[in-house]
Amino acid sequence: MGHAHSNSGPAGHAGHAVQPLVGHLVAPWILFATGTALIILTMVTVAMRYVDLGEANLFIALAIAGVKATLVSLFFMHLRWDRPFNQLMFLGGIVFVVLMMAFCLMDTGQYRGAQFTGNPVDVQAVLDRDAPNAPIAAKKSPDLP
Amino acid sequence: MSAHASHGDHHGTQGHDDHGHGGGHGHHNAEYPFLAHHFETPAQQFDSAKLGMWLFLVTEVLFFGALFVGYAVLRSRFPDVFKYASAYLDTTMGAINTGVLILSSLTMAMGVYCAQTGRKTALIVCLWLTMAGAAGFMVIKYFEYTHKFHVHLVWGEGFYKPVTDDGGLQRAELSSTAVVPLTPAQTTMSSGAVSAQQAATPSFVQLPAGELTAIAPPAQGPAGMAPEVIDAKAAEHAADPSTHGHEALHLQDASMPPNTHLFFAIYYAMTGLHGIHVLIGMGVIGWLIVRASRGDFGPKYYTPVDLVGLYWHIVDLVWIFLFPLFYLID
Repeated sequence: MGHAHSNSGPAGHAGHAVQPLVGHLVAPWILFATGTALIILTMVTVAMRYVDLGEANLFIALAIAGVKATLVSLFFMHLRWDRPFNQLMFLGGIVFVVLMMAFCLMDTGQYRGAQFTGNPVDVQAVLDRDAPNAPIAAKKSPDLP
Repeated sequence: MSAHASHGDHHGTQGHDDHGHGGGHGHHNAEYPFLAHHFETPAQQFDSAKLGMWLFLVTEVLFFGALFVGYAVLRSRFPDVFKYASAYLDTTMGAINTGVLILSSLTMAMGVYCAQTGRKTALIVCLWLTMAGAAGFMVIKYFEYTHKFHVHLVWGEGFYKPVTDDGGLQRAELSSTAVVPLTPAQTTMSSGAVSAQQAATPSFVQLPAGELTAIAPPAQGPAGMAPEVIDAKAAEHAADPSTHGHEALHLQDASMPPNTHLFFAIYYAMTGLHGIHVLIGMGVIGWLIVRASRGDFGPKYYTPVDLVGLYWHIVDLVWIFLFPLFYLID
């Protein structure tokens, strides 16, 4: 009953389409351009797998993922045109995750090396006796007698 | 602002006049039937809904964020494990799934556009395409998961259990039920196949005929496993050449670093939680399809499409990080 909205048919090209009562209308070409950029960046990040830059690989992959996430949130999620408070909240959530990660990793960096490598002693005893040729049996701890 | 000023203000900023308010403060608003009685204007209702949705999305970011922190801690502690185990994931399937999710995000964003501009049929098509993307993602995920389950690329203890070529998990679990405490008398038995099987199999353990002989010897004796049982299984295994096709190849790989199961633990935790989100997304997109078919959405009211869209994009966003972190390590 009373729904008047579906009588407004498609009006002209994208830029001059029917305007919604609330919110922001993002033109289809922006959405398609974003989608294309995301697919291309996915291909780049897969290709990067075959380039060995050591430690840098991880950070390049994360940077590409960060760019993709920015594109998704700005254009697909309309965050570019959203209220500043919503932008602030979302950014704040991410900042706190990064903060938690940073502090946890600082702590992880201070762990001592593993004291016990290889199989547990009792497991190793069984393996030595019963499965000396199994590859996993070879994982003796160098630290232990 | 005083109470009687509110009517005149209602839609001033929206450029609408106030004709719909003839009925006063009843529950039903003739001009905006979707407007809940506790909101003054559609804009206020829309902004409140969006604020709530963004708050929820922040909790989602923190929810997944905790797992990302767990990932970071594990990876920094066991870099070799991540380098080694990532090779067991199928990059092609992961890349296809990334593309599928990106495209479904695009169709979802287009769906919001169609709802905003009153294109009902196009909106329904977009929602179905998004649904298809979600289903495609889950199908690919299903193939990935089942394959890994079959070769025991799982979390925890199961990772170190042997598997035979046709029995899969059930066979391996059967072998663990055959491991029972031995009585002193039994420990003196010889290691011949038949007598050892009898020794390791008390009368109260019911074994299907022929099943036990198909069990491969465990590559690793778990702590507490009776050596005599391993003897018995090894003897049976040696006696039966048809059981040499292992699938759990990681157990035979001497280069496998210790604690490799940790990679699969965090892999299943993160992709599993993400998969649950995809399933929930399919549910709410289905709900949108029903409502869109009923003609609920248009330029005046499309909030549910917008909010589900936001949810769907954050699911995509999480996967954008999961993909390189799990599938693309060296």
